Amino acid sequence: MYKIAVMGDRDSIYGFAALGLDTYEVKQNSGEAAKILKRLAENDYAIIYMTEPLCSELETELDKYRENLTPAIIPVPAVKGNTGYGQAKVKSFVEKAVGADII
Amino acid sequence: MAGTQINPTRMELTRLKKKLVTAQRGHKLLKDKRDELMRQFLDLVRENKALRKKVEDGIKAANKNFVLAKTSMSDAVTGTALLAPKQEVTLEISQKNIMSVNIPQYNIKTRTSDSNDIYSYGFANTSSDLDDAVKSLSDLLPDMLRLAECEKSCQLMAAEIEKTRRRVNALEHVMIPQTQESIRYITMKLDENERSTQVRLMKVKDMMVKEQIEKSHSN
Repeated sequence: MYKIAVMGDRDSIYGFAALGLDTYEVKQNSGEAAKILKRLAENDYAIIYMTEPLCSELETELDKYRENLTPAIIPVPAVKGNTGYGQAKVKSFVEKAVGADII
Repeated sequence: MAGTQINPTRMELTRLKKKLVTAQRGHKLLKDKRDELMRQFLDLVRENKALRKKVEDGIKAANKNFVLAKTSMSDAVTGTALLAPKQEVTLEISQKNIMSVNIPQYNIKTRTSDSNDIYSYGFANTSSDLDDAVKSLSDLLPDMLRLAECEKSCQLMAAEIEKTRRRVNALEHVMIPQTQESIRYITMKLDENERSTQVRLMKVKDMMVKEQIEKSHSN
């Protein structure tokens, strides 16, 4: 049985708690994010929704989980607005697979 | 193929010919795999892109609602309202195999089946804006799950396509031409050997015939 986690700053994620997802509050640039991510990945979290600013902070850590089936780490926009990180990621998949962005 | 040493023997020739057949067969199969993966990947990535846009817009709208809700309530009230959720979501994962890539399929399970259990608070102290906000986020959840499924699948498939493409290219542009070159080299060398033996034999025969004629003349 797997669970779903949401990571990010408090204002961006507290609503998800109502839906029954596990929220993990992380302050920007505090260095604790990587530790939490590691713990979540080792425990049964299949999906981790992460705010975009946090994603760009943890880029190297995210690479470790890229080839694994779990967890799927999905960037979502934070309350401050869309940074375009998620869409850039989709673009990068296409570039990786096809060699050029054709979508 | 001047770089590496190959023995121009018949045994080596048979071995190389077998290798060439295998390589060509492998190349064809891998090329088919790549094409099919690519087709599925493109479908998936298009869906991924659309879903992402939808989810991002949805979250943006939900966030707006939450900010609205916050303005009409104190921070403490919103905090406590969402502190102890009634609903709990768990997932079951099954795997689907697309051309040797395992992609996840999520099956969501909620602890209670009542859709109103997302409101984990009494309605006395909270504003209706909070209800709207929670509702908008809850409506988005199925799309978010599908997005996770899609995005992870795209990620895994992109990696596999890259690998397969490299293999196809390596076979097509390195392995197969090199083997063909080696085979040509060996065949030519063997033919050359055969010709030189032939010539030597003819020469020897000529000499022997000449000797015989001279002998018969002197007698």
